[in-house]
Amino acid sequence: MNPKRKKKLILVSAMVAAVGIAVGLVLYALSENINLFYTPTQIADGEAPIGQRIRAGGMVVDGSVKRAPDSLQVQFAVTDYKHEVVVSYTGILPDLFREGQGIVTMGAMDDKGIFQAVEVLAKHDENYMPPEVEAALKASGKTAADYQK
Amino acid sequence: MAFDKFWAWFHRMGSPKWFYEISGRWIPWFATATIVLLTVGAVWSLAFAPQDYQQGNSFRIIYIHVPAAILAQSIFFSMALCGAIGLIWKMKVADMVAKSCAPIGASMTFIALFTGAVWGKPTWGAWWVWDARLTSMLILLFLYFGVIALQSAFDSKQSAARASAILSLVGVVNIPIIKYSVEWWNTLHQPATFKLTEKPAMPMEMWLPLLIMVIGFYCFFATVLMMRTRNEILEREKRTQWVQGLLSK
Repeated sequence: MNPKRKKKLILVSAMVAAVGIAVGLVLYALSENINLFYTPTQIADGEAPIGQRIRAGGMVVDGSVKRAPDSLQVQFAVTDYKHEVVVSYTGILPDLFREGQGIVTMGAMDDKGIFQAVEVLAKHDENYMPPEVEAALKASGKTAADYQK
Repeated sequence: MAFDKFWAWFHRMGSPKWFYEISGRWIPWFATATIVLLTVGAVWSLAFAPQDYQQGNSFRIIYIHVPAAILAQSIFFSMALCGAIGLIWKMKVADMVAKSCAPIGASMTFIALFTGAVWGKPTWGAWWVWDARLTSMLILLFLYFGVIALQSAFDSKQSAARASAILSLVGVVNIPIIKYSVEWWNTLHQPATFKLTEKPAMPMEMWLPLLIMVIGFYCFFATVLMMRTRNEILEREKRTQWVQGLLSK
């Protein structure tokens, strides 16, 4: 390679590296704002602002969903397997909402420690499988997570 | 030895005439592969692949969404690589290939964003969420628009190529951000289902048609890229003897 091209190659590589480092630092500094939601542990640790509108995310706890008989009001707990947050929501839940499913919800903590949600989104995981496989898994008492291993 | 051969090939690739001739021979093969793979992949994935246990048939959008999203990133990377070659080796063909990449990549990015929104509405309950994956993908679309705009903002082809190469090289930093956004931050978007290096998070009968679609999309990109680059070569080299010779045939 002739020296002129070599110089340019170094220059171009240095430029990409410099931009990469700059962007990396910016993203590192902003990482709290880039996270879409707070986990129940972060909320329990007081990292999430109280009274402000935030997003919380986690798994819906099995057996925690309680629906009001006369309205669309529903209450459930969200967990990251360390801490739990009780969420109250009035409205139509997405189709994929069910116990054991991941969700992301927007709202604010009230003074009783209940998360008053104004929006509930279902978080889909990366696992896909046919319904027959799921039925077979259930019959043998395993979960989707076992199937992937 | 192999290294010398590579450099010989590399420098020959830099001749517009040679590129024009070799791509003319390759296009029919890539076009045939595209048609066969996309037909087989589409029929298999839409009609024969099993439903998903949670999403039912709406999961089939993955067969367009994932290939388009993979291509959107690969094309940007290729564009930046060609831009770098154009900057360092002053190779005209590399500039032309980089220019031809941009509109194809922008279309792929748009398809990925659009199909994602259509899938997100029934699955998540929202068309759009400002999470890291979706936002970085939107930035990719704007980067493509920026490159396309720069390409036509200059009278001199050389300045246009240099400016858009620099923007592509700056923008290439976004590619790893897109890829790892779902691992570095909490996002609504799920981690990758389609993996080549590890066991994929879906059974074979769902994964194989997806693999075929991805390869089909790559062949489609190769075909369209060569066609666009050939056009670009004819346009820029129209005063040379060999193009005049082609025209008078």
